[in-house]
Amino acid sequence: MDNFNRRRFLESTAGAAAGTALGAGAIWAPAVHAQATTAYKPEKGAKLRVLRWSRFVQGDIDQYMKNVAAFTAKTGVEVRVDNEGWEDVRPKAAVAANTGAGPDIILSTNDDANLYPEKLLDVTDLATYLGKKYGGWYPACEAYLRPDGKKWIGIALGAAGSMLVYRQSQVKAAGFDAVPKDTAGFLAMLKALHGKGTPGGFALGNATGDGLWCNWLLWSHGGMLVDKDNKVVIDSPETIKALEYGKEMYATFAPGTLSWLDPNNNKAFLDGQVSITNNGISIYYAAKNSKDEKILAMKEDIHHAPFPVGPVGVPTESHLFFNQMIMKYTKYPQAAKEFLRFMMEQEQFDPWLAAAGGYIAHPLDAYSKSAVWTADPKNTAYRDCVKNMRPAGYAGKLGYASAGAGADFIVVNMVAEAASGSKTPKEAAERAQKRAERYYKV
Amino acid sequence: MTALEKFQNNRNALGWAFMLPAAVLLLLFLTYPLGLGTWLGFTDAKVGRDGEWIALENFSFLVGDSVTRLALFNTLFYTVIASILKFGLGLWLAILLNKNLPFKSFFRAVVLLPWIVPTALSAIAFWWIYDAQFSVISWVLTQLGLIDRYIDFLGDPWNARWSTIAANVWRGIPFVAISLLAGLQTISPSFYEASAIDGATPWQQFRHVTLPLLTPIIAVVMTFSVLFTFTDFQLIYVLTRGGPLNATHLMATLAFQRGISGGALAEGAAIATLMVPFLLAAIMFSYFGLQRRAWQQGGDK
Repeated sequence: MDNFNRRRFLESTAGAAAGTALGAGAIWAPAVHAQATTAYKPEKGAKLRVLRWSRFVQGDIDQYMKNVAAFTAKTGVEVRVDNEGWEDVRPKAAVAANTGAGPDIILSTNDDANLYPEKLLDVTDLATYLGKKYGGWYPACEAYLRPDGKKWIGIALGAAGSMLVYRQSQVKAAGFDAVPKDTAGFLAMLKALHGKGTPGGFALGNATGDGLWCNWLLWSHGGMLVDKDNKVVIDSPETIKALEYGKEMYATFAPGTLSWLDPNNNKAFLDGQVSITNNGISIYYAAKNSKDEKILAMKEDIHHAPFPVGPVGVPTESHLFFNQMIMKYTKYPQAAKEFLRFMMEQEQFDPWLAAAGGYIAHPLDAYSKSAVWTADPKNTAYRDCVKNMRPAGYAGKLGYASAGAGADFIVVNMVAEAASGSKTPKEAAERAQKRAERYYKV
Repeated sequence: MTALEKFQNNRNALGWAFMLPAAVLLLLFLTYPLGLGTWLGFTDAKVGRDGEWIALENFSFLVGDSVTRLALFNTLFYTVIASILKFGLGLWLAILLNKNLPFKSFFRAVVLLPWIVPTALSAIAFWWIYDAQFSVISWVLTQLGLIDRYIDFLGDPWNARWSTIAANVWRGIPFVAISLLAGLQTISPSFYEASAIDGATPWQQFRHVTLPLLTPIIAVVMTFSVLFTFTDFQLIYVLTRGGPLNATHLMATLAFQRGISGGALAEGAAIATLMVPFLLAAIMFSYFGLQRRAWQQGGDK
């Protein structure tokens, strides 16, 4: 802790500026401002290269680049930002980590940081500072980025939430005021929607993003891929219960969900063919910004809700998680840390959350008060995404096995097999067990 | 003589020197990647991490893996059916185009279109055509009152297999047709005249004149066609990503899914290596099966 210095900032000016931009400066408690700001002193002549996943919504990258420009203006450190599709970041980051050359900072997804933890800069000091200042990190962040419970190997950025998106009018017509908060009620609602000819639909194809609801299904009934010691335990009575529930859900779906990839549910929903699905806030975002009168009119009718809580009694959500990793080979570790600190401070992070329009949920509790979650009440459902999420390799350790099992759609395939009736729930669970055991090498 | 002159007058040295650029290109861009890919299949390398030699462990893993076995079945089924269809329809189209049609060159150019359009784009068109909610085929059929619910093109394992084959055939026909057309045009009209004088029917002409003379071209065209089909990737990746229930996963898409998305580079390489024996068999078949001299000269009796 002696290789960086501490410095106090006159926070008021910057804070006020961000406040006016949002029109909600008062929500930030003075306690936040009164704290010391840890600042790292960038190395002389430092330059940074950042590789990040390309934006899902335009507002994200616009504000991100504004923040980057502000960082350069303040520190004189030049920053080059490269964008790649999020699924392409994984191989690039792995190659960079292992060849020891490439971007200084990489914004990656899910368990990427756990594939090469020893190649990442220890950022425990920065994580501790941010955690203290902003109300603490959510447990999922620790699961992803503090694998040994001591050392932080990256800084959490947040998650793109996958939530229930539904047509209020159709849910009402089916006899429900809102989406029930428990799985039993939820199934009853799906059945009622189906009965009214306005079915729901959830992707069961090899969809990397929208297939995440299958994790919720499994976890909500107490099933899990592996236990704490990475022992594969998916062939369990809990999993069977989940699959039986999934089978009943599937019977109420719109036709064709077995073929659905990531974009299908968006298209079907905006065309009025499904009444409820799971998605990021992008459907609402698209409707809000649509030039098509019909779709724009749907905007008022689109509502969001968290996934219902199952027999386990706690929320068990699954979302796309974002890491910020500093590569150990960087020549400018102090500049890189300062960059991440700067981007995570409220003056930058809060406007960025706002610009992303609810697409990205924060990893630090203090940002629950961010104006974006109340500016449009429809955003609120996405607020607690990181708080309620579990890593995809739950409840085991993350690494190559969890990444491989996830990419191979083991859970999604299992749910699809059982739901469509091509296998019994027991057979599907046994097959998933065998497939997973190969990754977790028993 | 200086060394340079000596060199210039030495036929052997010159020969090597002229071959060098081609050899370097081949070694650098063909032999090395292929060798590296094969070697990786015998290691436990992950994306970006060097592996240790583990001999046949990947392969014994894959042999026992139900998804890999399914992908192998899918690939063989896809290749065999699509190649037969492409051959039949392509040959038929070539013979039609070889006749004296009005606007002949226009038709010949138009036929090539599916081949020219980038696969990724035509695959997206097919994705819409097969969409569970927006399929134009289903829409037309419902409007005509022939069906009362949309066809689940990509959501049912067998439907999905046939649908992807149809898309592949649509895209592959032009290559077969145009190549065979070129072959047809090399057949001298005098053979047809002579056979006509002998009283041969059109079918007999096709069977005893066209087919034997076309065989060498067919061998080459079908070898390529089989190789393209066997290694197809883009179409599947856009249409289904291997779903539903892995019913359309081909070796190539599975290799990518495991090797790149899943990070298990060695396993992906091993799957790719597993494709090699099948590809070799296809090439051998066309070389030793279809290119027999006797056939080429029309004397298969």
